[in-house]
Amino acid sequence: MEVLLATMIGTLYAAGIYLMLKRSLVKLIIGVILLGNGANLLIFLLGRIAKGSPPVIPDNSKIFLEAYTDPLPQALILTAIVISFGLQAFAIVLVKRVFQVVKTDDIDEMNTTDAQV
Amino acid sequence: MKTLILRTASKYMLPLLLVFSVFILLRGHYLPGGGFVGGLMAAIAFVLHAFANGLENTKGLLRIDPAILMPIGLALALLSGIAPVLAVDLPFMSGLWWPDPVPIVGNLGSALFFDIGVYFVVIGVTLTIIFSISESA
Amino acid sequence: MLTAILLGFIFSLFLVFAGKFIKGRLAVLSALVPLSLFIYFLSFIPQISSGEVIRQNYEWVPSFGLNLNFTLDGLSLLFSLLITGIGFLVFAYTASYLKGHDYLDRFYGYLGMFMGAMLGLVLSDNLLSMFIFWELTSISSFFLIGFNNTSEDSRKSAILALAITGSGGFLLLAGALLLGSVAGTYSITEMIGQSDMIIQSDSYIWILILFFGAAFTKSAQFPFHFWLPGAMKAPTPVSTYLHSATMVKAGIYLLLRFTPVLGGEDVWNTTLITVGGITMFYAAVHTLFRTDLKGVLAYSTISILGLLVFLIGLGTQYALTAAAVYIVVHALYKATLFLITGIIDHETGSRDVTSLAGLRKVMMPVAIAGFLAALSSAGMPPFVGFIGKDLVYESTLDMGSWSLFLTVLAIATNILILYAGFVAGIKPFTGKLPEKFSKVHLPNFLMWVPPLILAVLGIIIGIFPGIINDSLIAPVVDSVGREGGEVKLKLWHGFNLVLGLSAVTLAVGALLYFFFKPSAKKEKDISKLDFIAPKSLILDFGDGFKTFSAKWTYILQNGFLRNYVTTIVLVLVGMVGYSFFIGGNGFVLNSDSFSEITFYEVVIMIVMFVAVAFVVASKSRLGAVVGMGIVGYAICLLFVIYSAPDLAMTQFSIDTLTVILFVLVLSGLPKYLDIVDYKARIRDGIVASSLGIVIFLISLAVLNEPVDKEVSEFYADNAYVLAKGKNVVNVILVDFRGADTFMEIAVLTIAALGVFSLLKLRLDKSENPKK
Repeated sequence: MEVLLATMIGTLYAAGIYLMLKRSLVKLIIGVILLGNGANLLIFLLGRIAKGSPPVIPDNSKIFLEAYTDPLPQALILTAIVISFGLQAFAIVLVKRVFQVVKTDDIDEMNTTDAQV
Repeated sequence: MKTLILRTASKYMLPLLLVFSVFILLRGHYLPGGGFVGGLMAAIAFVLHAFANGLENTKGLLRIDPAILMPIGLALALLSGIAPVLAVDLPFMSGLWWPDPVPIVGNLGSALFFDIGVYFVVIGVTLTIIFSISESA
Repeated sequence: MLTAILLGFIFSLFLVFAGKFIKGRLAVLSALVPLSLFIYFLSFIPQISSGEVIRQNYEWVPSFGLNLNFTLDGLSLLFSLLITGIGFLVFAYTASYLKGHDYLDRFYGYLGMFMGAMLGLVLSDNLLSMFIFWELTSISSFFLIGFNNTSEDSRKSAILALAITGSGGFLLLAGALLLGSVAGTYSITEMIGQSDMIIQSDSYIWILILFFGAAFTKSAQFPFHFWLPGAMKAPTPVSTYLHSATMVKAGIYLLLRFTPVLGGEDVWNTTLITVGGITMFYAAVHTLFRTDLKGVLAYSTISILGLLVFLIGLGTQYALTAAAVYIVVHALYKATLFLITGIIDHETGSRDVTSLAGLRKVMMPVAIAGFLAALSSAGMPPFVGFIGKDLVYESTLDMGSWSLFLTVLAIATNILILYAGFVAGIKPFTGKLPEKFSKVHLPNFLMWVPPLILAVLGIIIGIFPGIINDSLIAPVVDSVGREGGEVKLKLWHGFNLVLGLSAVTLAVGALLYFFFKPSAKKEKDISKLDFIAPKSLILDFGDGFKTFSAKWTYILQNGFLRNYVTTIVLVLVGMVGYSFFIGGNGFVLNSDSFSEITFYEVVIMIVMFVAVAFVVASKSRLGAVVGMGIVGYAICLLFVIYSAPDLAMTQFSIDTLTVILFVLVLSGLPKYLDIVDYKARIRDGIVASSLGIVIFLISLAVLNEPVDKEVSEFYADNAYVLAKGKNVVNVILVDFRGADTFMEIAVLTIAALGVFSLLKLRLDKSENPKK
């Protein structure tokens, strides 16, 4: 399964970068989101994966009695997911405003700071 | 989107989802859950209600501007961090605990208040974003 | 002593708030600051001259070895007295010179800052704090040179001066760090004890190069001298104070201070003699071709600075005594000359030597000051300049096989300096007063008293050299590491060779003054040689560098996002790929520990692949959003399967909200551009898939390495014991790393505020997107 997951991560990265290379702003954002998903999965995979052993201490114990999955990557990813929501929301609204102001979605037409004609 | 079924469903769903989100928040220290997830659930409940009944109705229901939840939550989280410094001269963010356990919540401590702060901030942030976008769309 | 240093800064800070207050008649009160410091330092003379060294230590950043250690020995005391004494006169002079100027408060603020920094520089025993003060003097000098910030010339000169002295500062920092690492300490006092070890070390030559670079740029030595004449664009009090009496001597101070640590070697002496010798002669010759009074003085200042470096290079008892005396002599007469130049400029509006004449008739006290200062600079007995010049000849005559050459060089320089002094101090006052200057009158006493005080001091010390001999000069030579006090300062040595040389100097100099007339034509002639002057070379280099940077920036910062992304990806792929395939660290996949693949996992994967492909290929925005949502939910399922319930819940909620967000915004967003460019697609495809493959390889390679779970285990073991929680992920978030989480929710809040203001604020009234 690890190999499959690694393939998936590679695919998400490739797809994310491919969309970022496009000239459309909307595609750029979707690319960033895919890339973020890939990064989360990568961290998750590198913390080693295991089934059926969440990092929750059993009811009647004070410490773990059996094997448990690594809680640290999970904490990292949880924050990353929430933060990325904030980032996406801001980015998408920014794109919307940019489109209203400069009337184009083409990144190539935005590489000047001069006022729109 | 404003079908009768959805509208009726959302009327009953909202309190149910809110209670559930609080439950998720409170049990977070012992079982999966916590402020982030709880806050997101509560936000989704309100967004659903807004889809079904219109933004104005939801806002009327909320009474307060969701944006005000952000500073409240931040202040709560910060206070729970500073409390140990002020009260018993421990370092910033040390845990303070109520001696006896409480049902559902388990041990009551400053960490819970921190989580409640997170809960409020997440609701505030999400609703502010979604509401202001749907108003300007 | 810390208070003494800080006083200048406090004074500046005070002016920020109380600037209005000081602009009027009360301006002269600000001179009380340097005066009180001057008296404070005077009170140390008895202790210092009896051989004591006063130390005060304050810890600042002890972990970096950065402490505020202050040492007051003979050398520091001499400089402190100059800084505060000349400072007092300049502060008072300024009150009248810039009377009613709009930015008088700002000017005093810079001066106060400079005074504090300069005192800190000469009192620091810690090399690092010394560097900080060194930089502060450069910065305050920059502000003062550019004080007339509406004039392009001023701004250019200020930038040039900052560029030169600032790069010297870099060298000093590098040198200080290198020296500190060799010596194992940043305390200068402790370094003296390890002088032998430092000189033996391999880094010695580099330390020397760096320190020389710093000293030569600051003290305007050839070929870095050219910023100083430009710095004369500053108001005259600044030229007097910074660019003649104190700041430019910081380099000299550095060399003197480090003579006991780094000095004594051939390379030290030869370099200093060569550079100092070239500078003093080169600059002295230049004075012949200047018609601007300040230009003449600037070049003669450079010449004296060269002479001081030259004397430090000679390094003998006589030479160091001569250097100490010359620092005093020069401060006295050069400050006088600058101040009277300021008066002339202020009253007549001209600094052109060819047109100024006969001013003694309208400003007698100024003429007296000028006359005295000129004679002192000429080294005429009984002025203190004479004693200084004597000592110089004594030391050059002492140099064995080179003595003839060095002595001739010193005599030639002194002749030219005499000429410069006469041009600045005597010429404007003699001859017939031109008609246009007949209305000129004596300025406020605040302006003419300071130069007169300095000039009179010059003759008093000359007649009674004992005043400064034991109290100032001997302690300086002591602190430079030679036995001081052996060389007694005397006006009259009897008839000997040195006296003869002095007579020759005076006679030839006087002849030169009477027969060589400065003229605009000569100034123009010499400027034809400018193209090989160091200044033009460096300016050309600067321009070339600018052009180069512009082109370079144009190539890299071309404004196309995809080029940036492509560059980053290709560099990453290249570097990682190199270490994978060519670096030779290939790996064998060890699949024993990998988990089984079950049927429903395969289904999830296939769904994800299809969804990703759909997102990439879709021509509809809604389709892409749906595909993205499916990818998110699939990841959520993966989290469920692989024991991450918290993540699954969060991912589910966020994914839902993201899709809602996109659906809400989509109507306001543009349609996809329909650009069919197969070439670009292939290029992008190659870039993207190469990154994908590299990431794939990295993840497998990392999985092959043993994993270090120390941190995770700590959290897991202590989650209940310390934090009374059983959901470790949540405990990490709200307890162990609570401060990080707090920052995170703060960032979220900022994002929400950003969204809100982007949507609700309309800064531009004319913009009305909703029609």
